[in-house]
Amino acid sequence: MTFEQIIFYFFSTILISGALGVVLVRNPVYAALFLILSFFTSSAIWLMLEAEFLGITLVLVYVGAVMVLFLFVIMMLDINMDPLREGFVKMMPLAALVAIIIAAEIVLVMASPSFNFDQSVVHAADYSNTKAIGNILYTEYVYPFEIAAVILVVAIIAAIALTLRRRKGVKHQNPSKQIRTKRNDRVRLVKMPSSSTQNRAGE
Amino acid sequence: MIPLSNFLILGAVLFSISIAGMFLNRKNILILLMCIELMLLAVNINFIAFSHYLNDMAGQVFVFFILTVAAAEAAIGLAILVVLFRNRRTINVQDLDEMRG
Amino acid sequence: MENIYLAIPLSALFGSILAGLFGRQLGRMLSHTVTILGVALACVLSLVVFNHIVLDGNTYNGAVYTWAVIEGIQFEIGFLIDNLTAMMMVVVTFVSLMVHIYTIAYMHDDPGYQRFFSYISLFTFSMLMLVMSNNFLQLFFGWEAVGLVSYLLIGFWFKKDTAIFANMKAFLVNRVGDFGFLLGIAAIYVHFGTLDYVEVFKQVPNLLDVTVTVIPGEEWSLMTLIAILLFIGAMGKSAQVPLHVWLPDSMEGPTPISALIHAATMVTAGIFMVSRMSPIFEVSDTALSVVMIIGAITAFFMGLIGIIQNDIKRVVAYSTLSQLGYMTVALGASAYSAGLFHLMTHAFFKALLFLAAGSVIIAMHHEQDIRKMGGLKKYMPITYWTSLIGSLALIGFPGFAGFFSKDSIVESVHASNLAGAEFAYWMVLLGVFVTAFYSFRMFFLVFHGKERMDEHTRSHLKESPLTVTIPLIALAIPSVIAGYFIDPIVVGDFFKGVVFVDPAHTAIAELKEGYHGVFSFMLHGIMAPPFWLAMSGLGLAWYIYLKNDALAHFAYNKFRWMHTILDKKYGMDSFNQVVFAGGAIALGKLLWRVGDRFLIDGLIVNGSAKAVGFFSGILRRIQTGYMYHYAFSMILGVLVILTWFIFGSKG
Repeated sequence: MTFEQIIFYFFSTILISGALGVVLVRNPVYAALFLILSFFTSSAIWLMLEAEFLGITLVLVYVGAVMVLFLFVIMMLDINMDPLREGFVKMMPLAALVAIIIAAEIVLVMASPSFNFDQSVVHAADYSNTKAIGNILYTEYVYPFEIAAVILVVAIIAAIALTLRRRKGVKHQNPSKQIRTKRNDRVRLVKMPSSSTQNRAGE
Repeated sequence: MIPLSNFLILGAVLFSISIAGMFLNRKNILILLMCIELMLLAVNINFIAFSHYLNDMAGQVFVFFILTVAAAEAAIGLAILVVLFRNRRTINVQDLDEMRG
Repeated sequence: MENIYLAIPLSALFGSILAGLFGRQLGRMLSHTVTILGVALACVLSLVVFNHIVLDGNTYNGAVYTWAVIEGIQFEIGFLIDNLTAMMMVVVTFVSLMVHIYTIAYMHDDPGYQRFFSYISLFTFSMLMLVMSNNFLQLFFGWEAVGLVSYLLIGFWFKKDTAIFANMKAFLVNRVGDFGFLLGIAAIYVHFGTLDYVEVFKQVPNLLDVTVTVIPGEEWSLMTLIAILLFIGAMGKSAQVPLHVWLPDSMEGPTPISALIHAATMVTAGIFMVSRMSPIFEVSDTALSVVMIIGAITAFFMGLIGIIQNDIKRVVAYSTLSQLGYMTVALGASAYSAGLFHLMTHAFFKALLFLAAGSVIIAMHHEQDIRKMGGLKKYMPITYWTSLIGSLALIGFPGFAGFFSKDSIVESVHASNLAGAEFAYWMVLLGVFVTAFYSFRMFFLVFHGKERMDEHTRSHLKESPLTVTIPLIALAIPSVIAGYFIDPIVVGDFFKGVVFVDPAHTAIAELKEGYHGVFSFMLHGIMAPPFWLAMSGLGLAWYIYLKNDALAHFAYNKFRWMHTILDKKYGMDSFNQVVFAGGAIALGKLLWRVGDRFLIDGLIVNGSAKAVGFFSGILRRIQTGYMYHYAFSMILGVLVILTWFIFGSKG
């Protein structure tokens, strides 16, 4: 067993355990943490596959942003976990069965000789994966890249628009309204007779 | 040298686990979302493995886009979840049956 | 000349369009002026054409416009102008002109004045297109166009229920005839490959032995089939039994059009058409026999009904039917010239009779029952004398037009050797008696005897205005003198080269042999049975209706069953009403219930909706609304597809 293989099996074991943890643990906070673990280990595996850029991106984007968002939400919401676990044990056999069948079928395909590459291109020491992705991303895939950017913008706006709300009873300033105000909105000139005239009229 | 099939089998196992997770945590939308992330991760592993062994950069570019879309999906999904919880005080899928035929 | 040919129908059409589309702007005065001028121009030009064709001995056959070319077959607007056409053109335009003038007075107070003028001008145009045509397509166009105008004019008073019923009836009955006609044209098109008259007639000898199978196992001669199909068309238009039922009802229309369309011109289109097609009819004895027998039945039995009618216009209508029967008999006996001669004389005297009847109707304030008339002679002298001329012409009194034409028909039927000629001869002979009887029954009841109208009507009785009497007089003249053209028309060569007569059909040839000038013909006529039959009919009418009306009641009581049969018109109307109309309604109801309500509404429309509802009722149970159920089904779907992909494709 080579060193490479040892590393691979090591990370694979952690990855699968982490995935099982995500699925099986009771507390969603733990599940999220297990998911972070899974992302980390798979990032390591991607590094083995010379996908350095994506490996780092996975850690930065997923662990750094998405999973933090998950944790935020989990902690923000006051969720009663008990009813959500109903039927957990009951479903176990079916879940295991389906999972095993699917896994077995995929493995059946994957294990066929046509997928049995064990040679890959070995790059020189100064090879930069980031540069290679950049080269192809900004040339051949520049339009999909732009579209992906648009999708992210849309997602940001959608997420904000969905969660935005105005609470009633909270006083806050509205600067634009304050600026737009006119003199007539604030000051009212009232004409009234002076008291002396009034007296004279009364006579 | 590790053969390609090892990576592929790893992805398959990961995929199956996430499917099993969907069965087990069918009432908890949070975990369901996590399972989807896990599933995408499994797919990404496949892509990167192929990309490496076939020496084709397109696979990695695809993973890049999948990460983008998955991030967007997670953001919107969680936003919906927050709004849902705000309105219904629950994220139990069992309680969400307005679409019943 | 070609421009003149074109100008004749177009001037009528022009007047019609002006009066029809701009009648409101033109006003009454200008409307009738423009249409009368159009028809007068057509009439004058027709006389010019008559002069050119008949007297100078020319013929013209040519297309003026190619409408369409389909697979080498030309659909053309073309004219075939020969003696027959020229004669028809003169008759049509002359009678039409008279009717136009007459209409000024007759329709004076009618709100549809301009519309009426537009229609009758349009009719003139259509009829001219029909007679001037040189191909079957244009013939059919004219045929349908006159049918359309007839429909419009019968229902001219469209607020009258009976008029609407009558025009619908006319239209539907004519459809039956037109169906046969169209099939005949289609058969010609299929077998001859052309629609041009001359081309078709040229090919007739080549196709004598062709047979066609209509009903499996039955071989019919093509020529006989075509001839009979065409004759079915003629039966519809010329109101032969059993398609005659529309003509008496068409009297619901205004009287001028009864004169123009339903007596003088349109109904003779069938006679004209059969004469035109003589090369086709002549090669089939079977078809000729059918024509003769149908004509004979019409001539006698329709005349009988005329005896018991009390509506003045209906009497004339039945007389028209009977006279059309005479013409048809003549065609069947291959005496085309006699039939066409009768067509011409009949056009004059029947138009005269109708217009005279209209004149009486005006005077009687639109009372049409002859039992409420009588003694009109002293109030309406012009109408009286012209009616007398018309009636004498109708019964075939020697010296009047009808005598020559009818006698030549009777003679030629007598000479015919076809199957059914014997029967036809007796029918037409008896018909002469019947004709005389009903004609003078009406004449005496209207103009002689006691004045049976009410006091109010009597005080207003007066002769009709000039616009009425002028056409009467103008028509009375040809009603007398037209007969003297028997020399060139029937026995002469007038129709030589136009009408083809097989040498084996000797009727007209025998007539020619026995003919020695007009006066000997008259002399011979006075001694022949038709004259005595006519005289006895006249005498009987005089005796019963002027001398001894008790006899009428006696006969009425004695032969009540016969009266009932005649009154019911042999039950043909009721038969049609019950069997065809009722059958159509029953069939429609059946189709409505089974086809529409059960099959379409019940099974296809509501049924499919119910089926969808039923299955969606089942399917909606699957739609639980729980997200995880959908997710599971997706996963299971992936599982199934994956399994199929792995194991299915290998096996």
